[in-house]
Amino acid sequence: MAYTLTYKLFSECSILITWPARISETILNDMLCFKHKIENSISNFLYATNAYHTLLVHFNSDFVFDDLVKQLKMLYKDKGKDLKTGSSRLWRIPVCYDTCFGIDLEAMALDKKMTVKSIVETHCATPYTVYFIGFLPGFLYLGGLDNILATPRKASPRLEVKKGAVAIGGMQTGVYPNASPGGWHIIGNSPIHFFNPLLDTPCFARPGDKIEFYPISLKTHQDISVLVKEQVYVLDYKLL
Amino acid sequence: MIKVLKPGFYTSVQDFGREGYQHFGVPYSGVMDRQSAAFANSLVGNLINDAVLELTMTGGAFLFEQETLIAICGANMCAKLNGIKVPLNKRLHIKPLDVLTFGKLINGFRCYIAVFGGFKTKTIMGSKSFYTGITPQSFLKKDDVLKIDALKKTYYKNNTTFIPNFNFTTNDLEAFKGPEYSSLSASQKRLLFNTPLTISNHSSRMGYQLKGFVSNNLPSIITSMVRPGTVQLTPSGMLIVLMRDCQTTGGYPRVLQLSAKAINILSQKYMGQEVYFKNMD
Repeated sequence: MAYTLTYKLFSECSILITWPARISETILNDMLCFKHKIENSISNFLYATNAYHTLLVHFNSDFVFDDLVKQLKMLYKDKGKDLKTGSSRLWRIPVCYDTCFGIDLEAMALDKKMTVKSIVETHCATPYTVYFIGFLPGFLYLGGLDNILATPRKASPRLEVKKGAVAIGGMQTGVYPNASPGGWHIIGNSPIHFFNPLLDTPCFARPGDKIEFYPISLKTHQDISVLVKEQVYVLDYKLL
Repeated sequence: MIKVLKPGFYTSVQDFGREGYQHFGVPYSGVMDRQSAAFANSLVGNLINDAVLELTMTGGAFLFEQETLIAICGANMCAKLNGIKVPLNKRLHIKPLDVLTFGKLINGFRCYIAVFGGFKTKTIMGSKSFYTGITPQSFLKKDDVLKIDALKKTYYKNNTTFIPNFNFTTNDLEAFKGPEYSSLSASQKRLLFNTPLTISNHSSRMGYQLKGFVSNNLPSIITSMVRPGTVQLTPSGMLIVLMRDCQTTGGYPRVLQLSAKAINILSQKYMGQEVYFKNMD
């Protein structure tokens, strides 16, 4: 915990804590560790959400900003209170890269002078880090896309991208948890629910987790979809 | 039970929303104008954040199949009970088969109906607020049926009426500095608080676009948190005030943050109206 942080009041009852403006796993881990300490040490804490380099902490409305910031600064420095955050998990996500789903795969292959096969292999080669969930309920912001696959967003977004679409936009890759308009390039589809509002924990992944994609056939995609629909599919994960 | 005879332009069930679920990317949602919804609920003896109906702009007709108490607050949409005009901000005793209708918009933009005990739609993630992809429906349709509690004999009998001391006709929106306010130039800061801004037709429960502020040279930010009341400055110089159904994160610079009161006031405004930001720092 050695970064210089800034603290700003953001609406009447929350404080925005900002780390240096970079996307880095070290910052993410530092932030998650501080979040954990705040959850366990500050009495009028309500809840906190993080993005890449910012943590928004909500409190009961009764607080004096300067006093609370002083308390937070001391807590950040207090190594004695460093707690081990819960273990992260590596989730293995099945994706069908058949061109019936991956409607932009062929154009991307042409553009990058790669084969469709090597695009898929590259996309599946490394695990991605979950930074946070935002944009849409259940949309994971993932870091770690191979530079070769980075593709500028489409000039005009599609009016509807299918639920489960696996896509690339700029330096990012992600999965659309629900049908939505979107300007990313679609390379496949996952039969998994990334958001289920009826569960106590509507998203299986949380910040700090890793995601790994693996290719499945069209037939397997159909089979898993049936199991997911019947709520009997169990997603594979490993503790890290 | 209440039967929807006509849903009106855009009517939904709303309470105070899903605060605390934003780490799943879930929007805050909830009534746009908390003040008016809270008044309506108080008048029928509910908790201030019980579920109410939020009517937008115009219309709506509802058949009550049971006795209850209601109160109507917020925008004036010429409410009539069985064809006879009824006042806003007053508790009304409803008899079975009464029909409540709404007509032309006189002032404000969103009207709230509270019923005794609140509306009993399904609670999902701590809230009954309608939102596509979270609740089964996103707005009311003709012939929908809404469950309500039976009226208890012990209900609050005192017939006090109160006049809400809440003026949504003001054009001033109280605002605090946003996280990227300090990146603005001195002249941009001055302009931000002195330019009349016009509400564009791209305004909804997600956000209000405001036209009139044109200079922007701020770069995008690394995606960070936003919340209702956050004022973003887009590359084209458009200001967007995020409202209750906004996304949880965004990449435009956040120049201001509206006060809770200002969000309520803006909720009662519509396309073409002018507003000013008033510096509260």
